[in-house]
Amino acid sequence: MSEEFKVEIVNPEKSFLVKDDVSEVVVPAFEGEMGILKDHISIISFLKPGIIKILSKSGDENYYIEDGIVEFKNNNLSILTSTIFNLADMDKSKQQDLLKQAEVEANRTDINDQSKYLADQKVEVLKTLN
Amino acid sequence: MASLDDLKKRIASVKSTQKITKAMKMVAAAKLRRAQESAEKGRPYSEKMNNVILNLSNGVSDKENAPKLLSGTGQEKTHLCVVMTSDRGLCGGFNSNIIKKAKSYFVKILDEGKELKIITVGSKGNDQLRRVYGDKIIENISFKESKNANYFDADKVGKMVIEKFEAGEFDVCTIFYNQFKNVITQIPQAQQIIPLNNEGEESSSDESYEFEPDEDEILSNLLPKNISTQIFKAMLENSASEQGSRMSAMDNATRNAGEMVDKLTIEYNRSRQAAITKELIEIISGAESL
Repeated sequence: MSEEFKVEIVNPEKSFLVKDDVSEVVVPAFEGEMGILKDHISIISFLKPGIIKILSKSGDENYYIEDGIVEFKNNNLSILTSTIFNLADMDKSKQQDLLKQAEVEANRTDINDQSKYLADQKVEVLKTLN
Repeated sequence: MASLDDLKKRIASVKSTQKITKAMKMVAAAKLRRAQESAEKGRPYSEKMNNVILNLSNGVSDKENAPKLLSGTGQEKTHLCVVMTSDRGLCGGFNSNIIKKAKSYFVKILDEGKELKIITVGSKGNDQLRRVYGDKIIENISFKESKNANYFDADKVGKMVIEKFEAGEFDVCTIFYNQFKNVITQIPQAQQIIPLNNEGEESSSDESYEFEPDEDEILSNLLPKNISTQIFKAMLENSASEQGSRMSAMDNATRNAGEMVDKLTIEYNRSRQAAITKELIEIISGAESL
């Protein structure tokens, strides 16, 4: 029996990525990183800023996301996100831009704790990329 | 009867109008294809989002304490209507259809003695509603600078709506837009987004999910996102509808101009012939009298 399942990433504008030979996906869930393998229990979870790792036969891929929701059901993984970048297409200047934006956000004082936490996360993740 | 010269001028002017409408039709057709494509591409997201929320709301253990965005404030006193129209005219009945739909809803609300607040998106809607409901319009947004409907704009509208909801400014929110069916048919829609109306929709499965963090927390994070998503969907449908409507309107205009040119040309030829005949008669009768 194959150990592969299907993953679909959609953003509001289009279906971003569909792959059906995926062996493992690691997503930055709200309460820590979460690896999803085939036949995982049905789950809905929130994502925080971080890296999605998709491991498959045809090669591994990494994506940077800023928010999102994952839903896993019947070996179908759907990831809904409004901001996603393929790390392979992302150059240093783009990373710097995002980092700057995130830092500005994180330093704002008029936001609530949750947004502050998310902004801090963004900064942290982007820093590790550089 | 108009002189030959006048007729000639009119034919020329109708012809140049025809050229313009023809060009507009072509542009609309090209834009339509793009708008339609993005409307179709945007559908999976809003469908998935809907699905997740449906599954979630079925899983909510404590219906009483469910987030207000889902269950409502418990009353229906103040209605907020978001009327989404285009920024440009010359698109047939596109804007009027939305306005007509919205107005009949307004009348109903006001007849029931409820309070009405309006947000207009797009300048054409604002122009038409300002005269009658000017004092009810609390906000007017226009995205003239953005070329295509994008999520960022929708998010701005969504955030504004949620802010007002949390400030207790309204109880029920409805958005008005045109749903794109095909080039000739666009259906004006009124969709209630707050509180979320899930009645009549059955969850695709009764399988239970594992939630992380718990349902309530996910829901309270997800619902605001869903508002923006629904508004974005409405914007995409609207932009496809606008182009479709404009295309068929301009197609009609081009055809009408063509008919007019034909009619005028016949009239022009007739009066030219009449003038020639008259001249001939004059010459002949002149020759006869010699």
